[in-house]
Amino acid sequence: MAKKENKSLEIPKQEVIKKDEMERIRSHRCFVPKTDIYETEDEIILMADIPGANQDSVDITLEKNILSINAFIETEIPAGYDRVYAEYNGGDFQRSFRLSDEINQNNIKAVVSNGELRLHLPKAEPAKAKKIKVKAA
Amino acid sequence: MVSRFRVPGIWREMDQLQREMNRLFEGSSVKHTSGSHKYPAINLWANEEGQIIRAEMPGIKADDINIDVTSDTLTISGSRAHDKAVENTRYHRQERGYGSFTRTLQLPFMIDTGSVEATFKNGVLDIKLQRAESDRPKKIAVKSE
Repeated sequence: MAKKENKSLEIPKQEVIKKDEMERIRSHRCFVPKTDIYETEDEIILMADIPGANQDSVDITLEKNILSINAFIETEIPAGYDRVYAEYNGGDFQRSFRLSDEINQNNIKAVVSNGELRLHLPKAEPAKAKKIKVKAA
Repeated sequence: MVSRFRVPGIWREMDQLQREMNRLFEGSSVKHTSGSHKYPAINLWANEEGQIIRAEMPGIKADDINIDVTSDTLTISGSRAHDKAVENTRYHRQERGYGSFTRTLQLPFMIDTGSVEATFKNGVLDIKLQRAESDRPKKIAVKSE
C-alpha cells in the first residue's frame, strides 16, 4: 500500500528530461505534469495538473499499453505589457505511463476541467477481485 | 583582471565580445527566480497603466479563490481540496499538493481597487490591476516668464 503523505502546494515545476528516443520539434518548453494515481475496486484514476489546457489542447494516445498525455499550451502574452518578473515558465506538458493488461482499453474516459485532467481507466473483467464461495463438501 | 583595460587589440575586443554575450544571455531585465517555493508562483507583466499578474492554479475552482486588494497590496488566498476519499482506495502515486494557501504581494503603485479584473480559465488566474488615477505620473508644464 502506497504511503499517503501530506504534500504542500509549493512544488516547483519539473522539466521533461529529454530521452534519446523522442525529440521535440516544438519550441516550447515541456514539463512533466504532477500526477496522482489511485485505484478503486473498479477502476484506476489518474489525475494530472495541466494548467492552461482545455479539452481541445490535450492529446491522449494509447499504443501498446503506453498511455501518453500531451498537452499543448498556448500562452497568451498580454499585449502592450512588458514582462517584468517571472517565477515559472509556461510550456507544454508531456508524460507517458505503461498500463498493465488489466485495463479495459476500450473504455477509457478523460475529462479536463480547471486545468486538471482526470482519466478513468476501468479495470478489465478478469482483473476484478472475485469472491469465491467455498462450498461445504 | 587589473590589467584588463590596459591590454590592447584583440584582448580588448574579446572583452567587448564577452560583455556583449553576457548582455545577450541576460536577455531583458526579466528577473527569473526558481524555487522560491511560494504558492501560487506568479508571472508579472507591467506597463505604465498597471500590471497583470498570472498564476497557474490547476484543480482549484474559481469559487475557491479569494482576491483581496487594499491600497497597494494584493492577497491571493484559497484552498485546494483533496479528492474525496473513496472507500478501498489505494494510492499508487501522489505528487500533487493540497491544502490552503495565502500569498500577499506588495505592488509599486496604488491600485485602483474599483477596476481590478480577475479571470480564471483552465486553471490559470489572470489579475489585471490598474494604477490609481491619483498615483499616475503627472506632467508638469513649465512656464516661461
